[in-house]
Amino acid sequence: MTIDLSQFHQVFFEESFEGLGVMESGLLRMDPGAVDGEEINVLFRAAHSIKGGSATFGFNDIAAFTHVMESLLDEVREQRRQLTSRSLAVLLSSIDVLRAMLTAASGDGALDNALVARQQQELEAVLNNRESSPVIEHCAAPQANSAIDQVIGWHLVFRPLPNMMRTGNDPLRIIRELAGLGELDVKVDISLLPGFEQFDPEECHLCWDLHLHAAVEQARINEIFEWVEEQCDLVIVPLPGKDPASSTSNDQDVERDAETPRVSLVPAADSEAERHAGNERRRTDRRENERTASGAGSIRVDIQKIDNLINVVGELVITQSMLSMLGENFQMGQLERLKEGLSEMERHTHELQESVMQIRMLPISSIFSRFPRIVHDLSNQMEKKIELRLTGENTEVDKTVIEKIGDPLVHLVRNSLDHGIEAPAERIAAGKPETGTIELKACHQGGNIVIEIRDDGSGLDPERILRKAIEKGLVDSETQLSEQQSYELIFQAGFSTVETISDLSGRGVGLDVVRRNINELGGTVEIESKPGRGSAIIIRLPLTLAILDGQSVSVGDEIYIIPLLSIIESIQVKPDMVNLIAGRAETCKLRGEYLPVIRLYEILGVQGYRTGELTDGLLVVVEGEGRRCGILVDELIGQQQVVIKPLEVNYQRVDGISAATILGDGSVALILDVPGIMRLANATPELRVLQCSA
Amino acid sequence: MSAVSSSESALPYADIGEYMAFALGAEEYAVDILRVQEIRGWEAVTRIPNSPSYVKGVLNLRGTIIPVFDLRQRLGMPFRAYEKETAVIILTILDGEKRRSIGVAVDRVSSVLSSARKHIQTTPNFGAQLNADFIDGLVTANGKLVTLLKVDRLGCFSSEGSGIESELA
Amino acid sequence: MASILAVDDSPSMRQMVAFTLKGTGYQVIEAVDGEEALNYAKSRNVNLVITDVNMPNMDGISLIKALRSLPGYKFTPLLMLTTESSSEKKQQGKAAGATGWIVKPFNPEQLLSTVKKVLG
Repeated sequence: MTIDLSQFHQVFFEESFEGLGVMESGLLRMDPGAVDGEEINVLFRAAHSIKGGSATFGFNDIAAFTHVMESLLDEVREQRRQLTSRSLAVLLSSIDVLRAMLTAASGDGALDNALVARQQQELEAVLNNRESSPVIEHCAAPQANSAIDQVIGWHLVFRPLPNMMRTGNDPLRIIRELAGLGELDVKVDISLLPGFEQFDPEECHLCWDLHLHAAVEQARINEIFEWVEEQCDLVIVPLPGKDPASSTSNDQDVERDAETPRVSLVPAADSEAERHAGNERRRTDRRENERTASGAGSIRVDIQKIDNLINVVGELVITQSMLSMLGENFQMGQLERLKEGLSEMERHTHELQESVMQIRMLPISSIFSRFPRIVHDLSNQMEKKIELRLTGENTEVDKTVIEKIGDPLVHLVRNSLDHGIEAPAERIAAGKPETGTIELKACHQGGNIVIEIRDDGSGLDPERILRKAIEKGLVDSETQLSEQQSYELIFQAGFSTVETISDLSGRGVGLDVVRRNINELGGTVEIESKPGRGSAIIIRLPLTLAILDGQSVSVGDEIYIIPLLSIIESIQVKPDMVNLIAGRAETCKLRGEYLPVIRLYEILGVQGYRTGELTDGLLVVVEGEGRRCGILVDELIGQQQVVIKPLEVNYQRVDGISAATILGDGSVALILDVPGIMRLANATPELRVLQCSA
Repeated sequence: MSAVSSSESALPYADIGEYMAFALGAEEYAVDILRVQEIRGWEAVTRIPNSPSYVKGVLNLRGTIIPVFDLRQRLGMPFRAYEKETAVIILTILDGEKRRSIGVAVDRVSSVLSSARKHIQTTPNFGAQLNADFIDGLVTANGKLVTLLKVDRLGCFSSEGSGIESELA
Repeated sequence: MASILAVDDSPSMRQMVAFTLKGTGYQVIEAVDGEEALNYAKSRNVNLVITDVNMPNMDGISLIKALRSLPGYKFTPLLMLTTESSSEKKQQGKAAGATGWIVKPFNPEQLLSTVKKVLG
């Protein structure tokens, strides 16, 4: 029976990526001067597991590579080697390469073999550098030379030591195995049996004289006795075929034959390094590697969550059958019960929704865990001293959010590292501690997840930003902006220069793309800063991408949904709030700020709208991409959770619309994309005038 | 209303095509029956703003959002108001590797036609009457000309559609 | 059919071993480390134990030693899974009372033939 091992590959990859994560964080925490014994053991076991698994499942390159890492770690844990910062660094970079190898092996991307070869060489160089004391290996004694060309069989005398059975070895089994090789004559010698009173049934005092008529090599026979080598006396001599020379002995005093070779099976994967020449050469992105780890295919779920789900479904079924029964012969007198049943149903459906969402929720630690490494490497590169603090790693977020928020976060953190935290000398001069701090924090706040990146660096300088923006032609030189508005400029396309600080994140992208990515997730990005003290970037994301809290509004006969996340407030416009700029662009004055007004029916081409004057309708004050405006609608209908149905499945993207949803009556309503609406509005000549002013 | 003669019904399966026929005004059209998911009566759709005039809106098909086109306008013909016989044919479109569903509104659904493939004529040049891109071929059924349409081309919405654009919404 | 206790902290190895053996009809109980295995063994006798060497909480060799001291496990075949090429670990295992070893990497067929040998 052949078993297809590929069914275990998925699990193997998952556990290997996890193991790499464990190794990485262990190495990062490690202080070469004071190596913790148990920590090193953990690292060794992780490497050992990966090596064993990869060899078992046929990934021989990976096994060979990991073997070198394992050997290094083995020497450290046996205290035959000191962990130097060089070996630490080589191990860390080897982890990256190993990650790339695993990713390529799992089918996600190609491998740069030259890189692997170089890294392996480096590892071997460290390993072979006589920093370690050599191990005294048991030398395999040379195989007894069977000069006899034609082997016709073997004569064995097998005498187990009395305690052989205590290791669970049964002489009978061994003899049976021998018999499987060919014809076997067995003679048992009971002469060593003690008398009945001294007889210990747990001991073996029997001895066997065996003639095996089989043309097999001695190695094959040695194999059979391999486990009990040290626990028996064994003489193996070829049967006289052509040569009469043989020494057999039935003697009780058979001594262990010193020439009986010890054979140890060398594990197949050990010192070979097979190189597959067939792979393409392409740089493997570390991000892609980790995307595999969090992979689209499967998800690990806490059993408890599944149990909850089962409970809720159970209740739902009960309520449903109750309602079903009621419906069979319904009479008006049962109306109350019907209502109760329906509201139970609603409660259970709500619970079900929550439970299912819970299943897709994973702790954000899977993303946060990348950062110690990134911060470590970057701060070394930039020669800055930086401490990373992580809070709220257990905060749970939807799996899709986790997959998509990783990259934007990395860019933002890199930004903080690069522009935020000052060089050590500067910090000391400013009276700050030499080591800068970056804090990554995640928490739930009112149905959203909030992620903050705070640094105690130099903060943003609004004047410098404005100057740079003018230089790059993003705003004209006459512009006056508030501090906060200046900060917003860094999110403008074209403001940030494309940077590739390190290989870690690969392509450098501007913050405008980061913001757009976050917006596409239905979230918002804000920035706060105090010059000289530090900055904070605050990201707000919906807890799940499939469901949205929305405000439904009507314009004419049409209903639209505005995401609650974008809404600041809704107001009834009073005549004295209305202003006209340049005679054409409407604004609404709200607490000292002039909000541009967008007439939704104009932007969306709605017929049959009811509001003519601003004061006739309602103004929904929204915020998108750092700007605020008021959207004029006929009426507010209500707030509700809606399921997001993308238009792109069967149609395509529509400007100003982010997706669709199905309302309770089965009809379709469109969900507004607030930044998109604002962009459409800007395209209208009248409102363009407002862009540059307050 | 089948176009199959007795001699044709003896042809191997692969040589016969089956089509769903429908009317736009006085003219008959048809699409490959294998691409027809279902047929519904006309129901109110949700309008999509800022879209080509042939895109009437979207509807909810058992939880999936499907765009609905007016087929007359898609083909560049003038719009005609919907009546109670107006039907929406839900079609499967193949877009590269992706499968999409769209609905097309037609004046009236006729029936299923079978036609031997060899009887399908290629398109002569119609001039400006109809955008020839959409036409897969012509066939005669019961003495009437039936225009076979390319389903995938109908579902391709990057273009503004067609030769003659209707000015009426 | 015989019951086998499979001990390995690597889920993929455990799965592979369990799947292979169950497919032949053996009853397989899995444990993630020596401690879990020992606890199980104390309450129930199995016919064979296959254990990895390097595991957290209690490694394979300690497990074997502990098992040998249980009355029900005096003569039970206890096999080690090892990738160690040095004979040191094997010696340690034998000293602790291991019956023998299976060298990693092994394929399912090798595993099965070894198990069949040992269980008869």
